[in-house]
This record gives sequence, structure tokens and C-alpha cells, in this order.
Amino acid sequence: MREGNRKLQEEKVFKDPVHRYIHIRDELIWDLIGTREFQRMRRIRQLGTTFLTFHGAEHTRFNHSMGVYEIMRRIIEVFDGRPHWQQEERLLCLSAALLHDIGHGPYSHSFEKVFQTDHEWWTRKIITGDTEVNQVLRRMGENFPQDVADVIEKTYPNKLVVSMISSQIDADRMDYLQRDAYYTGVSYGHFDMERILRVMRPTEDQAVIKNTGMHAVEDYIMSRYQMYWQVYFHPVTRSAEVILSKILQRVKKLRENGYDFFQQPYHFQRFFEGTQTLEDYLCLDESVITYYFQMWQFEDDSILRDLCQRFLNRRLFKFVEFSQNFLLNKWTKLQELFREAGIDPDYYLVIDSSSDLPYDFYRPGEEEERMPIHLLMPNGRLRELSRESDLVEAISGKKRTDHKLYYPKEWLETPGYEKTKQEIKDMLFSDNEQGEPKQQAQEWFKYEGGSQ
Amino acid sequence: MLPDHAKLLALLQDAGEVVGRKKWQKIVYICKKLELPLQEKYTFHMYGPYSEELSMRTEELCSLGFVSERKETKAGYYQYRYQLTEEGNTFLQNMQLDWPRRQAEAITSRLNEYSSRFLELVSTMLYFDDLPKDDVKEKVHKLKKSQNYSNADMEEAWGLIDSLKETI
Repeated sequence: MREGNRKLQEEKVFKDPVHRYIHIRDELIWDLIGTREFQRMRRIRQLGTTFLTFHGAEHTRFNHSMGVYEIMRRIIEVFDGRPHWQQEERLLCLSAALLHDIGHGPYSHSFEKVFQTDHEWWTRKIITGDTEVNQVLRRMGENFPQDVADVIEKTYPNKLVVSMISSQIDADRMDYLQRDAYYTGVSYGHFDMERILRVMRPTEDQAVIKNTGMHAVEDYIMSRYQMYWQVYFHPVTRSAEVILSKILQRVKKLRENGYDFFQQPYHFQRFFEGTQTLEDYLCLDESVITYYFQMWQFEDDSILRDLCQRFLNRRLFKFVEFSQNFLLNKWTKLQELFREAGIDPDYYLVIDSSSDLPYDFYRPGEEEERMPIHLLMPNGRLRELSRESDLVEAISGKKRTDHKLYYPKEWLETPGYEKTKQEIKDMLFSDNEQGEPKQQAQEWFKYEGGSQ
Repeated sequence: MLPDHAKLLALLQDAGEVVGRKKWQKIVYICKKLELPLQEKYTFHMYGPYSEELSMRTEELCSLGFVSERKETKAGYYQYRYQLTEEGNTFLQNMQLDWPRRQAEAITSRLNEYSSRFLELVSTMLYFDDLPKDDVKEKVHKLKKSQNYSNADMEEAWGLIDSLKETI
């Protein structure tokens, strides 16, 4: 056992809907959970705006972090006593699992894009800076906080340890897939984690899977694939995310132009200036952001007012899909028509692509761009998963990109600029030749709570 | 979307052709570190800095037909060859991008001469560029044990980084 940690006199157990129980035996872990930085994660939803599509998706970064810790604890039980596993790394792994998302802010994906911040940078700051988390970690030794930060940043020299928290089959993904499936209420996203954990083995560079567990991993990859398309890339969620980004972008622009807010964006002030401190960052959570959106519904600026009302009342943008021909021949014209109709395309005509989303698919790492999942064969050699599994190979080769064009459809039906609006509709909905954008919004918006 | 995609197209146009996904990843990272206006988010991985965003954007550009991707079979492994298409070129012209072409051309033509293994070293060293040189060296030795980079490799990498910095 590392110095600085004591076993709790009584094991603490948290009830959890995904893993049933989360077991805490180390004082270090118990104390980390009690820090204000960790407790802050209770006020940040795991899936951002997804709750506007799947109303059950109200779970937080706190729940997820606890789940990742629990999976890590179980992996370590399997590894204990096996070659390549060093038991003295146990607390480092558990701490990194627990803290891996601690730098996430409210709606961090949109927030980071607009304010050019990075949750991974904040994670490092929280772990190594002047925080309660840091004080607790330092009990384990002067370098311990830096080691935890390095594991999370994937620059820790022990690659096995890194792979347990961050690889293509790791504690983080195994928790979020199951947890997100549970809270969204979808039937996909489930896989036999117990089986995967039983057949997971440590090697020098990564955690690998015994080849007898290949079908359980196939199931995991299928779950991942389906969750991406059905939950993470859901177009209604993306519409909400687009509006959220545009609110932040508008506030930033108004401030640059010296606009006199009824409700001054105090909490954002130093983010506009780029002088934000860790304390500024820790003060932000989703309640704070929602408060501002509530207040900005009554601003004089019609764009900010409208966007906030849309977000709070779920009056989202509709979308069409588009293709190369549209980008080459119609995109510029469409923006002009929006301006002509008095609709600012900077806020009301938005392209969103799959690459704008923070989720990824399984990659076989054909050219060492990324470490793949390896199966441990009976002869002791490692084989990349898709070379053994036809199913994974088939999924790896599938189309996984899409682009959507979001716009306020109901505005095209309002009086004024009828001719221009008709021209816009013709461009958006023309269906006559191949490669034109097609209207698919209705089908999606009727799906899973998306009926408004 | 669009402006970030267009910047990648501009970079690829300046590079002429890039052979290998790993090489493309490292070229974009090094250019970004040299302050070309690229937005892709990178994190550290087994083989050095890697951007999932870049992988996805490149796939998107291929599926839109703006970039051609040719898969080639080499001895026991696959390799991908990337080039801008005619449509990609037209799209880029329509976008009227503010892009530092001269610097981008100078940097990419140099980087294209090197192997992806060497660019992995350069990009790893740049990832730790806030550390003193000796610490960078130690990091590389610890994190890239299996690549077995020599001191001469490291010296060559520093030389390349310095001369690229002069370009900008």
C-alpha cells in the first residue's frame, strides 16, 4: 500500500443503477469524493443537451466518474497477481479513474469551442493546482498529483495504466456506454461487461482481451456503434447544441460591440478577456448558465432573446442533410437569401458535422494512428480485433460521417419576404436531382421525445 | 464546420500529396504548433499527438469527394494516400480563405520529406515544448521506448524544429 492511504474502518458502499454497488475501501478515494471540485460534478450533466431529446438523460459527470472508478476497481481485481501488473499502481489508477473528467465544465463541448478553453487543461489544473483535490492527493506523496494528471493526459510512462483509463476499450467507455443507455432508456448500449472484465489481461503496453472473449467485445463494439448513431449523433440534440453555441457566440459578440446587457454576463467576464482563473472556472455550472439564459430571454437584442427562448422552451432548429453539390453550388447563395429575408445566417443557418461531436468510432489503427483493441491468441501473440472478427471489420468500413444544415423552419412560414423565403425553401427542400439536400427532419423530430 | 474543413484542404493542397494517415496526423499537428491557423484538437496517444477530430474531418472530406483517399497494400500493412480532388479545389476557391500559403507550403514540403516515424518524434518533442530540452529528451526516452530513438535522431529533430520556426 502506498504511504498516505489508510483503509477505511468500514467499507463505504454507494447504490448505483448501472453497477448496483460502488465499493470504497480507501480513505484516499473517500476523501477525494468529498472535495468541492468533485462535488461540483453533480451540477454538470454527463450528456449536455441530450436531455432535450431523451428526457431521462439527466445523469451527471459525478455519477459517471463514480462508475469509472468502480469498473477500474474491478479490472484491478482481475489483474492482481498477473504478470505486467504492479499492485503499487492501484491507487494511482483508482484516483485517475475517479478524476478523469473533473475538468469538464457546463455544456463543455459548446463552451470550449466559443471560449477556446480545454477541459483537459482544467483537469490538470484542478489536480496539480491549489485545490482540495490536490491537498488530498498530496498525502500520497509530492509527485502523486502529477502522476495522476499524467495518467489522465496519457503521458504516464506505464502504458498499461494509461490504457485502462483511456483506450478503445477502457473503464471510461465501458461506463458511459452502459450509463448513457440506462438513463436515455434506449435498448442498445448494453453488453456483457462482466465477461469482458474476466477475459481482460495486462500486457506491457496495454490491457488486451483473451481471444475467447472476442464475442463479448464484438457486442461492446456494436453497442458503441449503435449508441453513436442513435444517441450521441442524434440530430435533435445537435440542434440544441447548435443553439447553445450560438447563444454564447452572440453574448461574446454583443460584449465586443459594447452592448448594454440588462443582465451583465458577470460569470463570463474573464473568459471574454482570456484572464479566467481556476476559481472562475469552478464557479460555473449548469445552474449558473441556465440562470443567465433565463434572464437573457428579456434582453433588447432580438437574436439573444430569441435563441435563449428557443433553448429554454425547446423550440429547436430543424435540419436538412446536404451533399457536395449543395456546398459547391448553393451554400453561398443560400446565405445571401437568408440575409435578404432579414435572417442573420451567422446565427440561423448553421452547418453541423459529425466531426463537431466529441465521440469516436472504433478504429483498427491500420497505420499506427491510434492503438487498436488487441486479442490475446492461444499462441501468446496479439491480433488486432477486426482481423479476427468479420463483424467488427464490417462496422469499421461503414460510412460514419454526416453533415446537417440547421435553420429555423417556422420563420420561413411567417409573413414578409415571401418570394425570398420561397426561394430558400426551394433550395432546402429540392429533391429532384441526386445529391440535393433532402428533408429528413420530420421523421427524426417525431422520434423519442422529439415530437415538438 | 466549413472554414476548418477548408483549412485542411488548403494544407493538403500545399503539401501536394500525403502518404499515410499517421504522417497526415503529425503534419497537421506540427503545422498547428508552428501557429498555422488550424483548429483540430489533439491529445497524446500511444504514437504521439493524435486528433480524432482530424480523422473524422478527413473522412468527411473524403465522403464529400473533396479529398481522394487511396488504400495501398504494402508488405503486410495498409497505407493511405491523400490528395485534393478537382471538386475540393473548387470548394476551396469558393471559400476565399485567409490562409498563409507561403509558410504552409514551405513547412509541408519539408515535413513531407520525412518518415512518419521521424515525424512522430518531432511532434512528441513539440508536445512537450514547454519543458527544458533535457526534460523533453527524458520524456521521449520514457514514452517512446519501443521506437528506440537515438540521440542523433533527437538532434536532427531539434534542427528541423528550429529551421521550421525560422520559416514562420
